[in-house]
Amino acid sequence: MEIGALFTIFVSAALVNNFVLARFLGICPFLGVSKQIETAFGMGMAVTFVMTLSSIITYIIQVTILDNLGLQYLQWIAFILVIASLVQFVELFVKKASPGLYQALGVFLPLITTNCAVLGLAILNIQEEYNLIQTTIHAVGASVGFLIAIVLFAGIRERVALADVPELLKGFPIALITAGLMSIAFLGFTGLV
Amino acid sequence: MLDSILNPVLSLGGLGLLFGGGLAIASRVFEVKVDPKVEQIQQALPGANCGACGYPGCAAFAEAVASEKAPVNGCPVGGSSCAESLGAIMGVSADAGEKQVARVICGGKDCNAQEKFEYNGIKDCKSAAMVQGGSKSCSYGCLGLGSCVEVCPFDAIKIVDGIANIDKEKCTACEKCIVECPKNVIEMAPYDQKVVVDCNSKEFGKDVKVKCTVGCIGCQICVKACPFDAMEFENKLAKINYDKCTNCMVCAEKCPTNSIWADFESRKTAEVIEDKCIGCTICAKKCPVDAIEGELKGIHKVIEDKCIGCGICYEKCPKDAIKMK
Repeated sequence: MEIGALFTIFVSAALVNNFVLARFLGICPFLGVSKQIETAFGMGMAVTFVMTLSSIITYIIQVTILDNLGLQYLQWIAFILVIASLVQFVELFVKKASPGLYQALGVFLPLITTNCAVLGLAILNIQEEYNLIQTTIHAVGASVGFLIAIVLFAGIRERVALADVPELLKGFPIALITAGLMSIAFLGFTGLV
Repeated sequence: MLDSILNPVLSLGGLGLLFGGGLAIASRVFEVKVDPKVEQIQQALPGANCGACGYPGCAAFAEAVASEKAPVNGCPVGGSSCAESLGAIMGVSADAGEKQVARVICGGKDCNAQEKFEYNGIKDCKSAAMVQGGSKSCSYGCLGLGSCVEVCPFDAIKIVDGIANIDKEKCTACEKCIVECPKNVIEMAPYDQKVVVDCNSKEFGKDVKVKCTVGCIGCQICVKACPFDAMEFENKLAKINYDKCTNCMVCAEKCPTNSIWADFESRKTAEVIEDKCIGCTICAKKCPVDAIEGELKGIHKVIEDKCIGCGICYEKCPKDAIKMK
């Protein structure tokens, strides 16, 4: 496997096909936990961890169990099982390691379970017929993309919070407009790969 | 045929078992011990997250109480009932203390104080205070632009006749308005206090007189009039020592500028219950204004015109022969 192809996968997942801004996956935490850069970064890291690990594990399960036994139709439920367990694990870990981050993430931490970006990534890996190394790179790329998107968005929102926003656009409306503009900006990466 | 059922059941079941076991181990390894008291305390708290206790929110305060870093009566919003329930959880007796409320100590309403100039800036006391100390003639008075109204989480403050007015029923003593006010014209006073000096001006009497019709001019008549030495005087301003004050309202009566507010409607007078009086003369001796007369062993009588309703005789009578009405 040549490095160039792997790099292409990485850039494509992180920027061109950014999970949040191009594929529109994982919008819930993207809007929910993006009021402060610090918590957004924490959320991004938690999602990165879950996405990377779950991609690897789901790939192994797909290849060793589901493909071998011809149980492809169990793909979704098996993947969700993996993701849910991993999220539980991350929650336990964060609670122990950083109570502050645990409180800041709040309900969105267990909600990673239902974060479609995580499941979407796991299924995309299989659809694209990647091998284990490509899967890992793709997962890291996708989660870095998520991290970039949510941290940038949080930075913008921190500034917007101080700006003189018209009354009727305050709060979520302006956040949605911001997200839309960011999405358009990320369109600029098309053709990069 | 059997395989197509057994395979998925076994593989998914196996995976579930594996992850379940893994999580069970992880939960042991990463166990965080939470004091069950914390949750109980948090439920007993008002949950306003106002921060008046000095901790960032009710959850942090609950933790501090549970670890005995904060007193059980540390929540000013919850008051005595909250302190009691926290005391019950922590197993200590709660000394709730007297309930306090915030009060705007200014009587400079539109009709009493004048405007120095017309202020057309941002409707915010802090901004207004930066322009020559505000447009009000008295630089110590309430500007009445409502910065405290905005910051009050309990909707207890209203602007009435150009100055802020705090509803003492709604006030929970969170002290946010005190922090916000650029004029420092809000103070805490006991909830039951019925006499308050409603002036914050530390200027000389002459200057006060020019600027406001209800300002304290520092004549000290109230200091001399107070039968209980409860009136203190500093910075050219009368100040009531709430510990000594008996709400007799004499100071408010005597004040030439009416800068002392008193709730005269609730003023009481003492009355001797003749059946119970044994003529011990204690009340007559204790009365600061000599409003009780009577011979030893004879039934005593309150002279209503003289009585100021301070309640000293009511407290001192050994036979409970005096009632306040």
